[in-house]
Amino acid sequence: MPLLYSPKVLEIFKNPKNLGKMEDASVVAEAGSPACGDIIKIYLKIEKVDGEDTIVKASFESYGCAANIASASILTELVKGKTIKEAWNISWKQISDELGGLPSIKYHCSILAVGALKRAIRKYYKDRQRPEWLPEEETPEEKQALEVERLIERLYKGLEQVGT
Amino acid sequence: MSVKELLKSHGTPPREVYFDLENSPFVPKEVVEEMLPYFNKYGYGNPAITHKPGWEAYGVLLEAKEFIAKTICAESPEEIVFTHSGTEANNLAVLGIALKNRKRKGKIVVSAIEHLSVTFAAEYSSKLFGHEVAVVPVDEDGFIDPEIFEAYMSKDVFLVSIQTVNHEIGTIQNIKELVKIAKDYNPDVVFHTDAAEAYARLRFSVKDLGVDLVTLSSSKIHGPRGAGALYVRRGIELEPVIRGQISVEKLWPGAENIPAIVGFKKAAELAFDNFEENVKKMKNLRDMLMEGILDRVPDVLVNGPRGNLRAPDNVNVSFLYVEGEALTIELSLRGIYVSSASACTSRMLEPSHVLLAIGRKYEEAHGSILFKISRYHSEEDINYALENIVEAVKRLREISPIKGVKNE
Repeated sequence: MPLLYSPKVLEIFKNPKNLGKMEDASVVAEAGSPACGDIIKIYLKIEKVDGEDTIVKASFESYGCAANIASASILTELVKGKTIKEAWNISWKQISDELGGLPSIKYHCSILAVGALKRAIRKYYKDRQRPEWLPEEETPEEKQALEVERLIERLYKGLEQVGT
Repeated sequence: MSVKELLKSHGTPPREVYFDLENSPFVPKEVVEEMLPYFNKYGYGNPAITHKPGWEAYGVLLEAKEFIAKTICAESPEEIVFTHSGTEANNLAVLGIALKNRKRKGKIVVSAIEHLSVTFAAEYSSKLFGHEVAVVPVDEDGFIDPEIFEAYMSKDVFLVSIQTVNHEIGTIQNIKELVKIAKDYNPDVVFHTDAAEAYARLRFSVKDLGVDLVTLSSSKIHGPRGAGALYVRRGIELEPVIRGQISVEKLWPGAENIPAIVGFKKAAELAFDNFEENVKKMKNLRDMLMEGILDRVPDVLVNGPRGNLRAPDNVNVSFLYVEGEALTIELSLRGIYVSSASACTSRMLEPSHVLLAIGRKYEEAHGSILFKISRYHSEEDINYALENIVEAVKRLREISPIKGVKNE
């Protein structure tokens, strides 16, 4: 199966935006694991703008393939200037579309990016009052991201057992 | 998504070095020129038909068999059977013997690091005929321990298939010793070795090794795609695995690919001319690349053995904290073409079975890069590659949140 990226993915891979650690981040979260070869770590700076919690700055670090790096980079662009409520509703499909369409085998990269974002938002409100729009229960999209992580971990453990 | 747009965005780097000889050959001009007349000027007929272009084709097919037979010290050119690839030759070997033994219960023994065309063919035989497949483990460098191998032998083993040289990590196996163990146990066992990675880079004699079936492939020696061969020792019986009109090869129906066979022979001739010199050059470039990487890039693991038991053309290393697919793309943008055994490039989201078999962890396998060296590379190519590898790994490590390493 050929792995054809869109020119957009390649462009972002060459020149990612908002790359690197953020020293004054309000919240940091990551999704993925070294074993699955995919980690997206995102940093968000959140401030009140017109009374709304707003993402004023976002950056990322990424361990993974070109699609992973591009997904993380585009996500940080998408959330910048958005209220957290708006950011919560960003879907993996939106990320894939922004990238000119990811190959289907790479969908999990955008799922992981959304997973990292949602994890960061949850973390932010952990010690704050939960806004009404934030569902108490894990959403299907959060579960999906977790499943990507768990799938590889299971695989890995299965192999270790075979090895022993 | 358009390939044209992707390529436009990629651009053509000022210098290009092709190291991905594992996955597709670079075919030199001399080989292409040798092939050209056979498309429309001479020997373009079917070698089984009675007319001049057919006889010409048959003549050149025989010459290719003679030459290849000589290079592996086969007794007769008739022992060389042409297929269209190494994958086909491996399938013919494993399934051809399995078919012959379809009515009996029995066991096929393979190693944990065989090419998938052997592993999957053996699994298929198990599915079709209920044969048991036993997988011999390897050590951390890919070697089979003869004592462990012996423990896998039993009277019901009818086929053993062990690679001469591993295609990913370059481990040179002691086939002669393994053949002796297998045949001491049961003289009737058929011993197949996939020597596609060994041919034209190591000298070996099928008689000396004592093997019954040997796979060779044109595309692994700078020949074109579309030609492979199976050495079948006289007296070994196997059944064809595909069906159709027999041309020359009774074991592999379909018309032989004469231009590719001509290219295969020419590529072999070029490799065997100045053989020792070619191998020495490859070894020097291999060591220059491998030592250069280890000297200049921190946190690198060598996959496979070092020294004389490593294939002269193989460099395989894992760059920790970076992912291999991203690295193949970063290097491609710099004109260096390599492959990775990372899950991301496998399309199955699973890293290479070879690297897992030698005990590499997932995260170590993900950062693996395979370089294949050839006599067509120069020291300048290696220096250019080294400079860019240092830069490429540094850039991706800067992006990576896993820092086991200081980026200076």
